[in-house]
Amino acid sequence: MPSFLEVQGLTKHFSVRSGAGLFSPRIPLKAVDDVSFSLKKGETLGVVGESGCGKSTTGRLVLGMMAPTHGSILLDGTAVHTRHDAVWRAQRQRMQMVYQDPVSFLDRRLPVGRQVMEPLTVHSIGSSVAERREKAEALFSVVGLRPDQFASYPHELSGGQRQRVILARALVLDPELLVCDEPVSALDVSVGAQVVNLLKDVQLSRGLTYLFISHDLKIVRQVADRVIVMYLGRIVEEAATQELFQQPVHPYTRALMSAVPSLKPHPQRRLSIQGSPPNPMQVPNGCVFHPRCPRASKLCQTERPELRNIAANRSVACHHPEDTTVSSPRKLETI
Amino acid sequence: MMLEFFFTRGLRALATLLLIVTITFVVLRLSGDPAINILGLDASDEAIREFRRSWGLDQSIWVQYVRYLQAVIEGNLGRSMLDGRSAVDAVIERLPATLSIMVPGFVLQLVVGIPAGILSALRRNTWLDRLVMTSSVVCFTMPGFVFALLLVMVFAVTLHWLPSGGAGTLAHLVLPVLTMGFFGAATLARFTRSAVVDVLGQPHIRAATLRGIPRRRIVLLHVVPNAALPVVTIIGLMLGGLVAGAVITESVFSWPGIGRLLVTSVASRDLAVVQTILLMVGTAMVLANFCVDLAYGFLDPRLRHGQGNSANKG
Amino acid sequence: MALVASTRSRSTWQRVTRSPPSIVLAFVWIAIMVVIAVTANHLAPYDTAATDLGARLRPPVFMSGGDWNHILGTDQLGRDTFSRLVLSVRASMTIAIISTFIAAAIGIVLGFVAAHSRGRLEQIILMLIDAQAAIPFMIVALAVLAFFGNSLVLFTVLLGFYGWERIARLCRGLALSASEQGYTIAVRDIGASPVRVYAMHILPNVASSLIVAMTLNLPEVILLETSLSFLGLGVQPPLSSLGNMVGAARDYMERAPWLVLAPSAVIMFTALAISIIGDWFRDLTDPAGESAR
Repeated sequence: MPSFLEVQGLTKHFSVRSGAGLFSPRIPLKAVDDVSFSLKKGETLGVVGESGCGKSTTGRLVLGMMAPTHGSILLDGTAVHTRHDAVWRAQRQRMQMVYQDPVSFLDRRLPVGRQVMEPLTVHSIGSSVAERREKAEALFSVVGLRPDQFASYPHELSGGQRQRVILARALVLDPELLVCDEPVSALDVSVGAQVVNLLKDVQLSRGLTYLFISHDLKIVRQVADRVIVMYLGRIVEEAATQELFQQPVHPYTRALMSAVPSLKPHPQRRLSIQGSPPNPMQVPNGCVFHPRCPRASKLCQTERPELRNIAANRSVACHHPEDTTVSSPRKLETI
Repeated sequence: MMLEFFFTRGLRALATLLLIVTITFVVLRLSGDPAINILGLDASDEAIREFRRSWGLDQSIWVQYVRYLQAVIEGNLGRSMLDGRSAVDAVIERLPATLSIMVPGFVLQLVVGIPAGILSALRRNTWLDRLVMTSSVVCFTMPGFVFALLLVMVFAVTLHWLPSGGAGTLAHLVLPVLTMGFFGAATLARFTRSAVVDVLGQPHIRAATLRGIPRRRIVLLHVVPNAALPVVTIIGLMLGGLVAGAVITESVFSWPGIGRLLVTSVASRDLAVVQTILLMVGTAMVLANFCVDLAYGFLDPRLRHGQGNSANKG
Repeated sequence: MALVASTRSRSTWQRVTRSPPSIVLAFVWIAIMVVIAVTANHLAPYDTAATDLGARLRPPVFMSGGDWNHILGTDQLGRDTFSRLVLSVRASMTIAIISTFIAAAIGIVLGFVAAHSRGRLEQIILMLIDAQAAIPFMIVALAVLAFFGNSLVLFTVLLGFYGWERIARLCRGLALSASEQGYTIAVRDIGASPVRVYAMHILPNVASSLIVAMTLNLPEVILLETSLSFLGLGVQPPLSSLGNMVGAARDYMERAPWLVLAPSAVIMFTALAISIIGDWFRDLTDPAGESAR
């Protein structure tokens, strides 16, 4: 099966002022640095990493919301358009975004039903208001909202219901690719679980492809087929979900996983991440993770490790990865 | 940082000036034939030809624009329709009269407005505060000409203490200056009060009070310098009100200043004079705002010590 | 506005009922003015053009020599002051409201364009704003009246330029912060045009601040209109406005002070009432705002 979404060498630099002054020099901020991955139709790729690692920027780049500095994005063989013109607008119908914060991503002055209808109006789909309304109402039942909530305002709904509205708005154009940017991180755990189940159901019934961005490893493990781990704009590890969670190879991935609280009575020794959180304006030389890495060597300070294959469908960017064959894998099933 | 601040402000002032001249030029061109408009219908053919040549009216619009800029810089703004004198001379001749009510009026605003505001803030929620704020609101919504006419009614018509208009003696000066003072004092008091209230609420003032530093000392050394910054900004804006006030005041009191000249010139459509006054007021305002920026720069310690980021604020 | 009412209505209502008497008085005064402006033709007992040289400078009813025929007396031509006052209120209020809407329209469009375009266009608009703020509007208004002559339409449009720069600045700031908000990002991501984003989403969301700014602009336009009319350069006779009534009565101040005082009082109370309502409305929509003022 050919890949549905093909991302090659995606790089995004923002130019930011180093100081607050009017004439302080602008320096490039590498939000996303040489990221490549591919996605098959109907697959879910999880993107995990701390905040500021460039995962949200990657999501917006994939959707063509902004132009990458380098790199290419192919959706079904055609390049994703980044100039905001007619082609770009037409492209919106194929790919949509599910946002993190349902409160701020809904217009509080507009009934939610109107907001679900809005994409249809914008793209002149459906011949009449009644037809658009019918389609929007159909989606209300798909995402599990009551028809009488069509005229409600966002503040009259609960957090989970708002996220369902956002999902309905993303689905109303029948897209093929959904970029979910932390879709449940603003919700309670139980409500979040319902929304995750809904996302999975919708994916099955509509054959959707997901790029699922989250810092929450548990949820990524539930939904993703494969996972990429990002750190300071770079992919540090990529693997099938099952393999990654059974045996993380990159020290950063290991640290991330051990940071997840466990319910086990005797939690294993936690691998803590040392040092301060990364500053994307001061990317270290060599391996981007070396200042915080317990296994860092001289080599890590000077030479940046390339992302290399270590097994089938599995790659890591590390000079000293956890040896998959020798060391006894410590299982982290509990997360 | 300081130099950079002044440099950008200076550039901006120049750009604003150029914009004002440009807009005047555009408006003048839109309103018809400038030669006729400036010189008047009964101007001699020779004068019109001369004017057309000196302003380049027979050439392309860009040449005309450059010529106009040249004429403005040289102060060659046409002649008054009424007496045929140079418009610039006619306006400058009126300048002392206007300044003689504007300067005392401005001083009056400062002397009344700032202490009233400070007192009102220090005695917050007392009868004094309420009195100052109520009168400030009332003054704020009273048109200047109503205030002027009330003064005339009380002091000239009823009491016969002061003349109701004209110029000459010191007594003639009193009512116009009072009117001018009234125009800004209310705004200033209101603004000073809120600036001082803001400063009083800041932690370092409360800390100073807790340390037992005498109140008078706190007010003089800590509150007033900190509140000065926003007040200086508003004073810059008040100059505009002062000019508008001069127009009204001079008209009510038949004061022979620029404001009255402007009103009579507008009524008789003496465009050369109107244009001259417009450009002069514009220049004066831009210069005044630039001076306020300078004062601001000296008052703001962040700018003075070159570590600030407030240069981007404006 | 009504959209947020369901959650806030209770506290809003409480604030209205607990508001100090000055606000109630202000609302009552404005209500009276609006009724007068709407029903002016039926309310005025006399034709305002009808001169009666036999009954010149009659005092109002509460002064000695006055009678109920002319409640507020007559002017130097024997015209009924009350009738003229009623029609002046209508003229002044209409001009001020239309002008404020013009200023709002200019300010909203330029403010949004500046916020949206960034770059050079934004710089140009900001410079226009600075230039407008630098020169006292009265001088500009007088110059325009001199260059173009006076007509009611021109005068109203001219006053419509008063305060546009403040509304533009406000709209630019509001739009800049609104365009960072999720809801506008989401609508843009759908593929909506900028016009749709600004008109359908940002404008309703910033409407309350805008209405406050417009309310606070209104009394200043009234003062400006009356001042220019007072100088004889605004509303021209035979149409009467509050300002030109005072201007015309000025020469008879000694014999008939009520001719000056009646329209002056109306101007003052109206401007005062609208300011009070504007301040109250600002505190209402922005409870955390600068209530210290």
